[in-house]
Amino acid sequence: MRHVVLERWSRSDSILHRLDARAKLIVLLVYLVSLATLRDVGSLGIAAFVIFPLAGLPASRLPIPALLARSMLVLPFTLTFAAISFVAGEPERASAMLVKSYFSALAVLLVVASTPTPALFHAASSLGAPQALVVVLQFLYRYMFVVAEQAARMWSAALCRGAKTSRRSRKQSMVAASGMLAALFAKSYQRAAAIHKSMLARGFTGRIPLIELPRWRRADVAFLGVGSIFLLSARLLPILWP
Amino acid sequence: MSNLVIEARGVGYRYEDGTQALNGIDFELRQGETVALLGPNGSGKTTFVLQLPGLLKGEGSISVCGLAVEKANLARIRAKVGIVFQDSEEQLFMPSVLEDVAFGPSNLGLPPEQAAEKAREILESVGMAAAAVKAPYHLSAGEKRRVALAGVLAMSPDILILDEPTTFLDPPAQRDLIQLLASLNQAKIIVTHDVPFARALAHRAVFFQAGRIVADSELETIVRQFRWGLNY
Repeated sequence: MRHVVLERWSRSDSILHRLDARAKLIVLLVYLVSLATLRDVGSLGIAAFVIFPLAGLPASRLPIPALLARSMLVLPFTLTFAAISFVAGEPERASAMLVKSYFSALAVLLVVASTPTPALFHAASSLGAPQALVVVLQFLYRYMFVVAEQAARMWSAALCRGAKTSRRSRKQSMVAASGMLAALFAKSYQRAAAIHKSMLARGFTGRIPLIELPRWRRADVAFLGVGSIFLLSARLLPILWP
Repeated sequence: MSNLVIEARGVGYRYEDGTQALNGIDFELRQGETVALLGPNGSGKTTFVLQLPGLLKGEGSISVCGLAVEKANLARIRAKVGIVFQDSEEQLFMPSVLEDVAFGPSNLGLPPEQAAEKAREILESVGMAAAAVKAPYHLSAGEKRRVALAGVLAMSPDILILDEPTTFLDPPAQRDLIQLLASLNQAKIIVTHDVPFARALAHRAVFFQAGRIVADSELETIVRQFRWGLNY
């Protein structure tokens, strides 16, 4: 199934996969904040923020074209605002939006694709993210799969009954699609409730357990130190020495 | 009797839409006993078994291994009652088979290494050791059923509840499941429409109809009384 690709990627093996999830999460946070607050994307400073995730691509040993393509998913949202800025006579701001959003998405994707989800949530929790938020995110992630699986099943059933070959008007198709959407959410809700019941039946208390507790290793500390210093330098040097 | 593991008195349940799913159910299960719950679709069998580990709360009183099914005891009760759901897809929610089977033992407080070790042992016992690193989505229906059962057995429950365990299983997989279940010492409640399967594991049966238990007797007697089979 297509939606398990990320899950499959996160179970691969590479230098990036072997790094502690907490180290990756902290460096990601430094990256995102530094990039978001970077004013002048035309300067050399931006190069560091482009090179950093690009260097992570071969290190992850994941399919690079697929990673680059999936990061573009964020562009339709940013393009709207970039177009508004461009029309308003701010082309630099428009291009900054596109560059920042694309590379932010790429960095997030690299971390998510190289870290198993339970380890990622465990890292967020151990770094002080509110437990309630982490649990909500865990369920959100799991239920995304539920909705996707349900949608795939319903679509197959609809295809079997001539969904694509019928000669419906656009209005009729819209009505049918909205009906399917309502049924999809109702069914997904039922399925999600059933999954929650089965979790409770096996003693779920609000925290998804890990079968391998993370331990800081030298490589994790080195990545955390070098990565953070590199990114902070790239962000702060242009301010200190304009 | 001291060897009662489940004692239910006057159990009832009404769904939010007003449907009275269960009414005045009295039921007992003894240590090591296997009972088949038979009856038409919608007669309340699944609603009843969901009340045993406190997943649904209705009227009446239920005690499991001497513990009243109430909020304060739910954690201990859920460690004693293992339930294998009708649709294994709903039971397999972790990214890998090993993590899924270790989910229950971890929740019981076992350290990660021990939970993983326990999960490996149980997977070996159900013949699924080779699938430990696989994603549950990639298993066949029979394999999913075995992993779902392993996830429950890993918690070493005193009572095993199986809701329609033969759904989606081919005859060889059904045979394997019978052998596996027959080798387990736990008390078992099997909700099923599959009479040959029930016959292979249980001597006693309870027949549900319109939310009530209308017969509690030997399985063969009930099968004859309600003409509950294909050859009637």
